[in-house]
Amino acid sequence: MKVTSLQSLFYAAIFAIVFTAAGRAEERGTAAISKQEIQAKLDYCKTCHGLSGQGYRGYYPMPRLAGQQPKYIENQLRAFIERRRMNPVMFNVAHALSPSMVAALTTYFQDLNPNPLGGGPQDHLALGKTIFEQGLPEANVPACSACHGPDAKGQNEIPRLAGQLFPYTVKELTNWSKERGQNGAKDDTSAIMVPTTHNLTQSQIVAISAYLSYLK
Amino acid sequence: MKLITSKIAILAIVASAAGPLLADESVRVRNCTWCHGISAQGFSTAPRLAGQRDEYTENQLLGFKEHIRDNPYSKQYMWGAAANLSPQTAHDLAVYFSTLPPEAANDGDRELLAAGRTIYEVGIPESNIVSCLVCHGPNAEGVREIPRLGGLSYSYLKRRLEQWGEGFHAAAEPMPRIASTLSPNEIEALASYLSFIEYASFE
Repeated sequence: MKVTSLQSLFYAAIFAIVFTAAGRAEERGTAAISKQEIQAKLDYCKTCHGLSGQGYRGYYPMPRLAGQQPKYIENQLRAFIERRRMNPVMFNVAHALSPSMVAALTTYFQDLNPNPLGGGPQDHLALGKTIFEQGLPEANVPACSACHGPDAKGQNEIPRLAGQLFPYTVKELTNWSKERGQNGAKDDTSAIMVPTTHNLTQSQIVAISAYLSYLK
Repeated sequence: MKLITSKIAILAIVASAAGPLLADESVRVRNCTWCHGISAQGFSTAPRLAGQRDEYTENQLLGFKEHIRDNPYSKQYMWGAAANLSPQTAHDLAVYFSTLPPEAANDGDRELLAAGRTIYEVGIPESNIVSCLVCHGPNAEGVREIPRLGGLSYSYLKRRLEQWGEGFHAAAEPMPRIASTLSPNEIEALASYLSFIEYASFE
């Protein structure tokens, strides 16, 4: 009897410790982070994504984050971790971010509104505009604006496209099925885009990406 | 007056000799090779120019001329060397050196190679240190005006990274910010790793 009560006391103690620890871990996820920590992480993001979040063209194009939908960024960061979206660099970046840090960062980037970098070829902008607004019904390409919004600002998990870096959009539309939806065990909203990306020709991809690169 | 006229005449002759530069036919190239070596592989404090991105070299030459790149050796040697370069000559020299096959310096600390490679490829996200690869390329080959780093000498790479942290060449964003997040150990690891990268991808 004495042994049992000691044992149950022991278990109770363990439970208490485990619960406190769990509580703390959860707190760490949602509690306020210091302004300095957020600033340091923002500087880190902006080193590659541009001082105003406008994007940057290195060896690889780093996408514009300015004005981006917080839910889209949040979903993509999770996609890197879950290997739905393959990118070794962003996989590591995403691992080092707590949920409350993600919330702080995405809120910050959503409010930025620098001019687009532009840079896409200007000779087929009209075609890009047509595809964006009306799609290519004969090629089974829906109007981009149907989901991404008439001003290409996106909503929730659907990204803003306006002002996105020209080489980035080209790369994404060209490599969609090689980069996204890579974890068969996990549902991925990127599946919606698969048929569209396959139905677009390379010159149509260039036209639409160029049009978006100038859109404010 | 006579002297000025003859100088103008010489300039006219030099300017008319446009076209691809060859080491043995160009005095201008020979002026570079005194310090950078006959095959432009670099020597002592002068970095390797062979295989460097032409847009980068051209940019740097103009940066010396305009005193934007103000590192101590730049001031001491390159400000004077670039003072009278025309934009066309800067361009021609940069293109010429970019076509020379480079060799790796291999002078870093091999013990630090793995640590340097990790920082180069993925950075250290916990310490807000960014990946170098996203801008400088998977084989440190560089692109456009972003320099090739692979195979440069350990001492040159180390010095540049340190000097950014000390405030030199401040206009070269984003490098001053990136370098100031690196500890001395991390700088040594990166410089070591880069010094061993062979030019397998030389194109």
